[in-house]
Amino acid sequence: MADGLIIEIVGENSLIIYFSEQASAEVTAKIQQAQLLIRKNMNDDIIDLTPSYTSILVTFNLIKTNHQRLVNKLQTLLKNLPIEKETQGSLIELPVYYSAESGPELNVIAKHTNLSIEQIITIHQQQEYRVYAIGFAPGFAYLGEVDERIAMPRLSTPRIKVPKGAVAIADRQTAVYPSASPGGWNIIGQCPVEMFAANSIPTMPVKVGDRVKFKAISKDQFISLSGVLASTYE
Amino acid sequence: MNKQSHSHLKNSELNLGFLVKRSGVLSLIQDEGRYGASELGLTNGGPIDKLAFHWANRLCSNNLGVSAIEVSMGGFAATAQVDTIIAVTGAKMPLSINGQEKSLWRSHHVKAGDLIELGFTNLGLRSYFAVAGGFDITPSFGSSATVCREGIGGLNGTKLAVNDIIPCAKTTATQLIKLSKKDQPKYCNEVLLRIIPSYQQQHFTDIQKKLFFSSEYKVGKSCDRMGYRLEGPKISCDIDGIISEGICHGAVQIPSDGQPIVLMNDRQTIGGYPKIGSVLSIDTGKLGQLAQGGKIRFTAINIEEARELILNDLEIFNQTEVMFCD
Repeated sequence: MADGLIIEIVGENSLIIYFSEQASAEVTAKIQQAQLLIRKNMNDDIIDLTPSYTSILVTFNLIKTNHQRLVNKLQTLLKNLPIEKETQGSLIELPVYYSAESGPELNVIAKHTNLSIEQIITIHQQQEYRVYAIGFAPGFAYLGEVDERIAMPRLSTPRIKVPKGAVAIADRQTAVYPSASPGGWNIIGQCPVEMFAANSIPTMPVKVGDRVKFKAISKDQFISLSGVLASTYE
Repeated sequence: MNKQSHSHLKNSELNLGFLVKRSGVLSLIQDEGRYGASELGLTNGGPIDKLAFHWANRLCSNNLGVSAIEVSMGGFAATAQVDTIIAVTGAKMPLSINGQEKSLWRSHHVKAGDLIELGFTNLGLRSYFAVAGGFDITPSFGSSATVCREGIGGLNGTKLAVNDIIPCAKTTATQLIKLSKKDQPKYCNEVLLRIIPSYQQQHFTDIQKKLFFSSEYKVGKSCDRMGYRLEGPKISCDIDGIISEGICHGAVQIPSDGQPIVLMNDRQTIGGYPKIGSVLSIDTGKLGQLAQGGKIRFTAINIEEARELILNDLEIFNQTEVMFCD
């Protein structure tokens, strides 16, 4: 078996490749390489690939191939996965209007952490985040890791509607909600950039492996970038 | 609408097809499903009961995966704007054309102006309304499958509504076909789900597994195209969660309340709840025909058996002969 890789059958036409027990930028780089290799060499057999923090779910055409053949192929293909350091990825800067009106949990996090709101905003911008996974909903990018000083558990009762563009924290992850949806993350600001546009190319401004930095903008800048403030936070 | 003056255009380009008169509870354009976009967070969608969907298309002499309408519970009505052939399969919903009762599991001629009505189901939950040539829907990310939660697919990312026009070409084909009664799938209120133990199954003790496989579950009130939440004996897992990972079709998730959720076509792409295994697609199709209160049992099978069962069902489908009728 390829070094450190575990391949398991999970369903009638799917298997999962685990690359590591822990997420890291290096593991993300490895997963990206593996994904490219699989697409390039096994495209005829594969229906879908679902990469995540430490794994890739491989869904295949049951009529064309079977688990054993696929496991053998994957083991050979991924055996010589170049042991590269983490890939650079692109660096994407996302503007955020941090404020009490666009970030209802800033206060809550301040109380929880004994930090001032200004400190929280500064710390959130200092970190360079890595896109570890995209999923849950179209365009939802999981960014890590949030500085542990501002890590914050999810709301005990999720919101019925988190507004589009909400920038939020859950434990040591942060994300921008690509569209209005239910959610339990702590909202600290709002980003005017479209995170998922079905009819654009590319569909998303970020991809797995990219790096993201947040940059504070004023309310005027937010509005001039076509940002729309949420009217309520239910 | 000024397009209609160009008489050389195909009907579908004139935006003619079927005009929705009653939308029903949940009527959705579906094709085989959306594959290859899960890395953007897009789920598969597609028909819940694939077998019935394939039959509807086959009875219209279509490629099996072309766009049809999945009607859940019933109450759908539409007026044909073109002369064509239709077929409805799946749940037992009374079908009528211009008020005259018609059979399911066979094709019918319809003429422009005809009113096609599907009443509420007596047995089963979802029907498939196919048309010769398939409905002509512009694909999003390679598929017409409607996923309301994502706002993707169908006519405009949502369920069909009154006054929607679902475009399709007219047909000159005349041959009607039917599936004989003995070959039609049977629907009932009890389903045995065959499951491949996988994913985090080692985190469930033997006692918990025994409980899971020997108990009867009921379909709870939260059952939709995303997942079927079941009610019954609580199953506990020795871990609360895992690092989020890809969820395959049919995966059975056990959240901390111990009530299993069978994840269906519109499931979230990745998730962090432990999973005990995954149900065969030939069985999720039957599960998806159950409404709240339907009874479920699970049985474990291995991957070789699973493969054989699925290929065997496929073989049966391909070998089943349809009959000409008029």
